Amino acid sequence: MILARIVGTVVATRKDPRLVSNKLLIARPMDPHGKAEGSYLVAVDTVDAGVGETVLIVSGSSARMASGLKDCPVDAAIVGIVDTVDVVAGD
Amino acid sequence: MQLAKVIGDVVVTRKDENLTGVTLLVLQPIAADGSSVGRTLVAVDAMGAGVGETVFFVRGKEASFPFYPTEVPADAGIVGIVDHWDLG
Repeated sequence: MILARIVGTVVATRKDPRLVSNKLLIARPMDPHGKAEGSYLVAVDTVDAGVGETVLIVSGSSARMASGLKDCPVDAAIVGIVDTVDVVAGD
Repeated sequence: MQLAKVIGDVVVTRKDENLTGVTLLVLQPIAADGSSVGRTLVAVDAMGAGVGETVFFVRGKEASFPFYPTEVPADAGIVGIVDHWDLG
């Protein structure tokens, strides 16, 4: 999984029927220190996250194992809202 | 599988119900000489690993297999703690 910060929302009227009523958010991956890295991605939100929050995103086919996403055409799902990240000094 | 060093942990209160009780650790993948390679990631831990230990982990859906039959939504999971390794 990766850590990411929510930076926006996506509105899509025309979409796969299995995506209907799922909330889509734009996330920017970040390292454990909060520094942004990599490109933006669109993820399905399963935990009611909001803009500005740090979240845990599961990618690939594992994203379909998130609550309510069975058989949905998704490859990134937000499965947790991060409270704290503790990293040992020097890494 | 890949070698990695456990460099931290993540506290997540609000989460997918199948992640309840599962430890989440921050990993830094390492090369055979122990140097860091690639980006850090968060992995579920089925082995009781701790910060500072060297582990190996799987990527993909297999990360949830140690928790079967619970379908833990994870794409990276620690499946072993390394005692030592040797290069021929």
